[in-house]
Amino acid sequence: MSREKILAAVKFNQPAAMPLPDMEVLNKLTDVRTDLVSKYKAIATAGGSFVYEVSGFDEIKTIINNEFKAGVKIISALNELSDYIYAETVKHEDGHTFADVELTVLRTQLGVAENGALWLTEKDMGSRVLPFIAQHLAVVISKDDFVPTMAQAYQTIGDADYGYGSFISGPSKTADIEQSLVIGAHGPRSLSVFILS
Amino acid sequence: MRVALFVPCYVDQFYPKAAIATLELLEKLGCEVHYPKNQTCCGQPMANSGYEHLTGGCNNLFVDNFSGYDYVVCPSGSCTLHIKEHLHADGKEDQATEIRKKVYELTEFLVDILRVKQLSASFPYKVGLHHSCHGLRGLRIAQMSELVAEPFSKPAQLLDLVNGLELVPLSRQDDCCGFGGTFCVVEEAVSAKMGKDRVADHISHGAQYITSADLSCLMHLEGILRRQNSDVKVIHVAEILNNSL
Amino acid sequence: MSTATTKDHPHLAAEFNRDEPRVNWHDETLWWVRAKRDIAAHKLPEWELLRETASQIKFNVLSNLSTYLEQFEANATKNGIIVHWAADATEHNQIVHGLLEQKGITKMVKSKSMLTEECHLNEYLKEQGIDVIDSDLGERIVQLANEPPSHIVLPCIHKKKEEIGDIFHEHLGSAKGESDPKILTETARQHLREVFLTRRAALTGVNFAVAETGEFVICTNEGNADMGAHLAEIHIASMGIEKLIPERKHLGVFLRLLTRSATGQPITTYSSHFSKPQEGTEIHIVIVDNGRSIQLGREEFRNSLKCIRCGACMNTCPVYRKSGGHSYHTAVAGPIGSILAPNLDMKKYADLPFASTLCGSCSNVCPVKIDIHDQLYKWRQVIVKEGYSPKAKTMAMKAMALTLASPTLYRMGGKTGRLVFKYVPFAVNNKLNPWYNQREMPKAPDESFGEWYAKRKGAKNS
Ligand code: SF4
Repeated sequence: MSREKILAAVKFNQPAAMPLPDMEVLNKLTDVRTDLVSKYKAIATAGGSFVYEVSGFDEIKTIINNEFKAGVKIISALNELSDYIYAETVKHEDGHTFADVELTVLRTQLGVAENGALWLTEKDMGSRVLPFIAQHLAVVISKDDFVPTMAQAYQTIGDADYGYGSFISGPSKTADIEQSLVIGAHGPRSLSVFILS
Repeated sequence: MRVALFVPCYVDQFYPKAAIATLELLEKLGCEVHYPKNQTCCGQPMANSGYEHLTGGCNNLFVDNFSGYDYVVCPSGSCTLHIKEHLHADGKEDQATEIRKKVYELTEFLVDILRVKQLSASFPYKVGLHHSCHGLRGLRIAQMSELVAEPFSKPAQLLDLVNGLELVPLSRQDDCCGFGGTFCVVEEAVSAKMGKDRVADHISHGAQYITSADLSCLMHLEGILRRQNSDVKVIHVAEILNNSL
Repeated sequence: MSTATTKDHPHLAAEFNRDEPRVNWHDETLWWVRAKRDIAAHKLPEWELLRETASQIKFNVLSNLSTYLEQFEANATKNGIIVHWAADATEHNQIVHGLLEQKGITKMVKSKSMLTEECHLNEYLKEQGIDVIDSDLGERIVQLANEPPSHIVLPCIHKKKEEIGDIFHEHLGSAKGESDPKILTETARQHLREVFLTRRAALTGVNFAVAETGEFVICTNEGNADMGAHLAEIHIASMGIEKLIPERKHLGVFLRLLTRSATGQPITTYSSHFSKPQEGTEIHIVIVDNGRSIQLGREEFRNSLKCIRCGACMNTCPVYRKSGGHSYHTAVAGPIGSILAPNLDMKKYADLPFASTLCGSCSNVCPVKIDIHDQLYKWRQVIVKEGYSPKAKTMAMKAMALTLASPTLYRMGGKTGRLVFKYVPFAVNNKLNPWYNQREMPKAPDESFGEWYAKRKGAKNS
């Protein structure tokens, strides 16, 4: 009943139809595709991410092995990083079982230079909670997969069908206590981004 | 050029020197200045308090006083804005519309209409420029800090023409002074605090005078300065621009 | 944690101002956030076009809202989301409670939602025996302090770290006297992780709901909405009817504006798009009206529904900065709250449109270009016409109008040298003039300008 009541009230009270604005000008204005990697790097670093430009997966492995103690629980969604638990094989497990994950490693096809954000969908994650519940998060992206702004990001996403997707732009953080920035609120304490050349 | 001088009620009552300076300055610059003597007020004190519906008589009187001139010039941004946005009069709407188009705050009149490029004024002091919100965000006599747009300031442009005057920078270039019409008494605590903070910004940057194109702000800031027994004085921008050696 | 109070903004603001160093601290902190917003905005040369575009999209939304709502419902349902409709706060609260009851759930974790503050959901659920824990750090802090949030983006911006340290010591067992934000945040992290892992239900707000796709987007920096939602069997998302946007691509406009306006970050850490429920779980959306459709019908005020709750108007507002969020005695404080609240209860919130100097800073930082200060002015007119203005003030205004409409009366009144002040000290029972409390009166000169001019040689009296 409330549905009909609300819709009727809205219909009665809404003003005469106004057109949607043309977005082309904005899209063109922002579509500047120079130095996307270095822009991304600067913004992401300022937002608290660790950005590595790497030549291949061996380099990524070396970095991960240096940063993380042997034996900690690492889940990877990448075929290329198969030393770890493969996300695909555990994706149906209850999310609570990931409470002790130290590091989640994911692969994305879309990064945004203007704000350091990386687009990850449920498919990239295995389980939705994985990029959040892990103590640390790492994301691998190819250097050609960056777009300038969110305008181009949504052009890339288009009408893709996903159950869930998230732009992740850094480690979990808060500034709720006197506006002092603290990294590591509820989600990962760090975000490492590996840019493949 | 026939210019009608609109002297807002509180300027008339408390700050005649600013009105005199405005008059003299306009005359010096070649205007034929008239002062319609039955003028009172723009009606803003009522309107901003929620009583715009009581401003009919005031509006009528305003239209009677100020119709038929080339321009109406006022040394107060706030009152100018009120006329520009709210002057309507039953049966005289055409005249009211004319006036709304022709009314100018003094500094915008000097810059945009008279195109003043030089002045023989001198004021060898450190001066802080207070932008009134209505002049700034209403009349746009300067660029506000909120917008991503080219900076400019008509009052500053004029003050730059004055010999010996040094404009001091401010930490918050356009924060409100807290006067706000009846706000200054209804919200006494916040209003006074806002005024104190503005004054402190000017003083900490070494201002000897605080100037503005709006006397309502200056009246507020002066009230605070005098309570603090400060040496810093307020002065309307017209008085500086008219201050010859 | 009721916000109910009989005191109005001037009184609450005066109380806040008794501790001047604290006012300074509050003011500086928020001004710093405003400054960060400026820096972020100035990095985008297209900023003003972006604002204009966002504003036009929202106009389009308001003018097609009924269609978008139906479209959203249809698409969300197709995606497997269950949609509920609530006409008011009570119905919203009942729906939420009903969902929990059905599943026999008595504990819920909740991420930031100003709508649930507006509906007083926490109090309601508490009465029904449901334990709710707020997971946004700032909200958790005010929840433990038994206070409402004082800011829509920075809920505990009014609290000093030492006070937070005391609260955490009492409730979460942190060391006595500990006030390091890092350590306090870590304490909350441990405490809330346990909460996330044990709650079967999570409630979140909604930042944007996309009509075209039936998905909705939630933005957080902490990741608390995601932690809650992904670990729960049932995710309830509460949204006002105005949260709709037409198409997915429009997110590209709003996500560029939202966080830059709010905190100066280029985007929040997480901008999560919920389209379908996770295997074996449920997503419910509660679409709430609670007075919004009435506001939509108020031509002069409907623009307020364009708000994306970034909080920029609060950070820039000198009155907000110097009076604190609680002085607005409503869930959404500051300039935007002052134009929303009178729609819900004109009598109770008759003071709020007057808690402004009409300086206009709010309208010019607003990412969707709401004419906030003009609406404050217009609410004043409505409130007076509807009879919610003090009688003494009306009397004074009438006398003033009479005086200012008559040159003769004006000249007589002026002689007392106090015309401007004669009609205004109605605020404090006329016992003392509030101006004089902290400010000197202007000195009355020997003669007014009018008198000077009359004596002037060759005066062009017209
Ligand atoms: S009114 Fe505008 S500035 Fe204020 S919270 Fe809403 S969107 Fe932000």
